[in-house]
Amino acid sequence: MKIKELRDALNLRVLSEGDTEREISGGYCGDLLSFVMGRCPADSVWVTIMNNVNVLAVASLADAAAVILAEDTEPDEAVLAKARAEGLNLYTSPMTAFELCGRLYDLLA
Amino acid sequence: MSEPVRFHFDVAGENFVSAGEASAAVKKLLRQLGMDPAVIRRVSIAMYEGEINMVIHANGGTADILVYADRIVIVLEDHGPGIPNVGLAMQEGYSTAAENVRALGFGAGMGLPNMKRYTDSMDIETAVGVGTKITMEVRL
Repeated sequence: MKIKELRDALNLRVLSEGDTEREISGGYCGDLLSFVMGRCPADSVWVTIMNNVNVLAVASLADAAAVILAEDTEPDEAVLAKARAEGLNLYTSPMTAFELCGRLYDLLA
Repeated sequence: MSEPVRFHFDVAGENFVSAGEASAAVKKLLRQLGMDPAVIRRVSIAMYEGEINMVIHANGGTADILVYADRIVIVLEDHGPGIPNVGLAMQEGYSTAAENVRALGFGAGMGLPNMKRYTDSMDIETAVGVGTKITMEVRL
């Protein structure tokens, strides 16, 4: 599944977008950055409620395909600007992390 | 033996906004050298964890990356407090990070274990009150 298909299927709100043709390999959920760094497979969708600038670094260095912020979490303007400058696929959704992961799991299974 | 390609970075301490910039720069440089994405990812993760450790615990330090034909060597050096018990620090889940740092999502106690996991070798030289030097190698 491609990022743009996932975005439309889950009705995600776009905060920042880059390569939306990117293929998704799987998913990971978590807020502790080193867990995500160590366990999130490359090309995954990462679901979190963390919204600080370090999320961008972890997503980029771990090669996550997209980040979905659960429960309508939004980063501040500086973080948004950086995400846009880096072309990170960053979305937000009113769903909880639990709901997002359930939907994501069904879509990718 | 041919000379390695070298990159040097200064890492600022206590700055969680700029934290990770050296790792991001290395990732970009390795891409420009045409390295395998899987190797770049391993180097990026290992270096980021080390960089964050220097930001959190050591008031910054230096990072040197040496790219040889058959391996990439990452050397992280600081003049921080040192690690009193390396065996304990290497255990997953053990962390001495402060509460304000944990609130940012750090301090899971996975930094050093991740560095070991994503590299082929890791050597820690540390002395309490003097500093820490970590040398990691990713073979190509």
